[in-house]
Amino acid sequence: MKLSKNKSVRAMMIAGCVSLLTATGVAKAADSTQPIVIPIHNWSSQIVMAYVLGGMFEKMGSNVEYVPADSQAVYESIRNGDVTISHEVWQSTFGKSFYNAMEKGGVIDAGTHSATTLEEMGVPNWVIEQNLCPGLPNWEALKDCHANFTTPDSDGKGRWLEGPQSWHGDLMPERLEALGLADKWTVKFAGGADALWTELASAKKEGRGTIVFNWTPNFTDADGFTFIEFPPYEEGCRIADGGDGKCGSPKGWLKKAANYKFPKTHPAAYTAFSKVSFSTQQIGEMAALVDTDKMDHKDAAAKWLADNESVWMPWTK
Amino acid sequence: MIEALKQRKYLQFILLLLVFAILCLIIAPSDSNYLWRLPPLIKQLPFIINDSVDFAMFEWMPIDVYDPDIEEYEKKPLLKEMTRVSSGFILFMIELIREILLGGVKTIVTFMGWDWATENEWARWPALPWTIVAGGVAVLGYALSGWRLALFAGLAFTYIAVFGQWEPSMQTLSFVLIAAPVSVMLGLFLGVCAFRSSKVETVLNPLLNMAQIVPHFSYLIPVMVFFGIGDHAGAIATIIFATPPMVRLVLLGLKKVPPEVGEAGLMSGCNNWQLLTKVLIPSARRDILIGVNQVIMQCLAMVVIASLIGAKGLGNDLLIALNRLRIGLALEIGVCIVLIAIVLDRLSLAWANKQTDYFADLSFKERHKHSLIFGAVFFAGVALAGLGSLIFKEGFNYLYLIPHNKGITTENFWQAGVDWIWDTFFYSLKSFNEWLIVEVLLPVKNAYLSMPVVATFALTMGIGFIVGGIRSALIIGGLLLFIALTEWWDRALITAYLVTVSVMISMTIGIVVGTLCAQHPASSRFILTYCDTFQTFPSFIYLIPVMMLFGVTDTSVLIAIVVYSTIPALRYTVEGLHAVPESLHEAGSMSGVNRLQRWLFIELPISFPHMALGVNQTVVFALSMVIIGAMIGTDDLGQLILGALSEKNGVGNGLVLGLCVAFIGLAIDQVIRTWASQRKQALGLD
Repeated sequence: MKLSKNKSVRAMMIAGCVSLLTATGVAKAADSTQPIVIPIHNWSSQIVMAYVLGGMFEKMGSNVEYVPADSQAVYESIRNGDVTISHEVWQSTFGKSFYNAMEKGGVIDAGTHSATTLEEMGVPNWVIEQNLCPGLPNWEALKDCHANFTTPDSDGKGRWLEGPQSWHGDLMPERLEALGLADKWTVKFAGGADALWTELASAKKEGRGTIVFNWTPNFTDADGFTFIEFPPYEEGCRIADGGDGKCGSPKGWLKKAANYKFPKTHPAAYTAFSKVSFSTQQIGEMAALVDTDKMDHKDAAAKWLADNESVWMPWTK
Repeated sequence: MIEALKQRKYLQFILLLLVFAILCLIIAPSDSNYLWRLPPLIKQLPFIINDSVDFAMFEWMPIDVYDPDIEEYEKKPLLKEMTRVSSGFILFMIELIREILLGGVKTIVTFMGWDWATENEWARWPALPWTIVAGGVAVLGYALSGWRLALFAGLAFTYIAVFGQWEPSMQTLSFVLIAAPVSVMLGLFLGVCAFRSSKVETVLNPLLNMAQIVPHFSYLIPVMVFFGIGDHAGAIATIIFATPPMVRLVLLGLKKVPPEVGEAGLMSGCNNWQLLTKVLIPSARRDILIGVNQVIMQCLAMVVIASLIGAKGLGNDLLIALNRLRIGLALEIGVCIVLIAIVLDRLSLAWANKQTDYFADLSFKERHKHSLIFGAVFFAGVALAGLGSLIFKEGFNYLYLIPHNKGITTENFWQAGVDWIWDTFFYSLKSFNEWLIVEVLLPVKNAYLSMPVVATFALTMGIGFIVGGIRSALIIGGLLLFIALTEWWDRALITAYLVTVSVMISMTIGIVVGTLCAQHPASSRFILTYCDTFQTFPSFIYLIPVMMLFGVTDTSVLIAIVVYSTIPALRYTVEGLHAVPESLHEAGSMSGVNRLQRWLFIELPISFPHMALGVNQTVVFALSMVIIGAMIGTDDLGQLILGALSEKNGVGNGLVLGLCVAFIGLAIDQVIRTWASQRKQALGLD
């Protein structure tokens, strides 16, 4: 024990990192007292879930720390060990960053939530109610209604407002091309999620048609949002994967990621984390506590933990 | 003929335009035509940068480090360990201040370790009640300046507390209290070095420009890789961004000190250090203080961006609020950021202006008056908090810490305001927006994109040659060549189009409004406060209302850029006009000039060096906003920099893209700077 303490002090002097100052001497099986670092991004369900998981870890006796981080850049930090976990890895938005970091080494896949996600182009429900594009949600309807979706800079074509190019590259322009819609529709890349929500709000105000990229579960579900039904996704149907591109998005997974050391340093916490599996409904509940009931994120998490002990308690055992 | 051409610059410009037009007409747009677009010869550069960063960070000189948590030795690269040491130190300082304000366990952990802290739950540092902090700031204000500042500072902090933003505000404050002094000291040091040696100045100048222009996003990932994620990373990114204006203004200030002053110092037997600290820096105080003001403003302007790499506090809350389109809440947070900025600015100003009375013969009570008052505030605060725990038996002790988002909120008020603007102006702005896009922006953009690369080079290098001779032409050519050889030339053209349009609008507004406001002390004070406010007011907030009014279009991007880049145009115009000596005004009046003549022939020329700096800064600000514009949705370099956050070779791509943006800025800087120094010489100002 003594020896390992000395060693750790020496290592610390090499490492020198004051914040990492530790004393060892814990029995091997027990979790380290080093805090588990959980990232905070900028959407409600993710933040509430961060505090829910944090509450769970704290209940198990671990120290927890929260750190704000960009949702794309966070995987690099998990890789380096500056952040311990990420608990909402959306397939089509963060899949690329996640696997890029994994390829470089340092990130592990800590299992998948039972929630499935859908990330697709779609229209707010009032577009359908006002019959701006008869035949929606079937994609073939798009062949005739582009005139209701033009903007000043779209050159007479209908506009698809897609997320930033960093999310799926040229997927949407390629899809338009493959489906033979490219002469009637054009893709505009928004700068971020804020831009998508603003577009929804201002289109509603004006009562003009709009087609935006969106996903579910999301807070927009509450106002009513319909996803366009493209030809079904099959493995390899995208142009990037060598297919003809005539397909929509797959039902996506929602994964959890962790730093490779996490299972070793916090075996109990990691085991619990790998068991964690939230359903679409549960994620929706967490988001609604903040978005609909206007609760503070931390309060929402505390309430959720108190109301759902039967859900999360088994994971910690 | 040639003689005439040499004499008259405008003839040269006409000739240049002619050449440019001919080149545009005869070169056919095709991808295989190298006169149209150069081949992307340095396409591999991002990969090379990426690999070298990876190598330096993760492979170079590995040392064995024992990790007590997994009880194994691990090979860790030297450089990474070194950067982590420095970031650990910065983090420690930030946490220390943060825990004095808010309480916590990190500082104790640093000395005792997590195990000890986990076992001993009593070992938590208690937070200061907000009443003590607010009172303390008021006392500080009183000690440094007087009751006015005391009142303002105290009220500002009370506002923050009452509106339930205490915790994030103190987190932000603790981060700024480290980043700002470090930037000031670093800026002072570099500024003095540059003043001492013109070589340092030549080297430093482009570096400063780059640090200011390279969009923050392109160094976010490198900073994160090198220093980890957290408040320290945010602080480092902030320091990179906040130091350049300080250096610049220190240099400007020192250069303006008349040589007589320095000589007088030498005659009184100053050594170098004394000359610097006792004579030169105090004489250059005015500009140095503007520098300090700029540092504080820049630090708070970075609060939001810094939160993307882990800075806790207001910035992060703001992003979350915006993501739900809760503009009211976001505005409330924005107000807190601005309040912190103004309080810090006024306090630092008062501190710098404070005169020490060396001869006063004071009693103990008088000498320690302020400490005594603070002691009283402290005990009153503790007593109040104690009292509070008796009154607020359930829930929260409002006299100790007002929990986050549990205060009064003005969200609905702000939201109603935003909604009103939206309802009132939406339709009238819509047709304006359409006109602007169809008639102005799209044509300009297309014009930029339809320039053959050779024509662009001819035009820009030609301007460089006419203004600054062969040297300028070559510098500009070199900078642009770098961009042209990447794959992103077209994107760079779009960036250039956005910047050109917005700088023209900004300069027009800046010079006109600035001149009008400079006519009266009250209006100039007002406009300078306005500048401070909008410089720190996070641009993210007005992105949303602007997008609501103008949609996801270039108009929105343009407005976002113009709001921000008009600030230096205004500021430098007002300050430049104020710097015109009173005697010159009088001399002018005696020679019988009217108001307009005085402005045109006396004030504008004399304040010219200052205003040229303003143009320069306007370009810099506009370019640095390119990335914020990308958050609305553009197809320029900014969008790619955003994209680099998720790419495999993000570090390399981000940096090279950032360099492209910076090089556009440097090329423009080259022209303006050369032209300005020529004008200065011509006017005998140098």
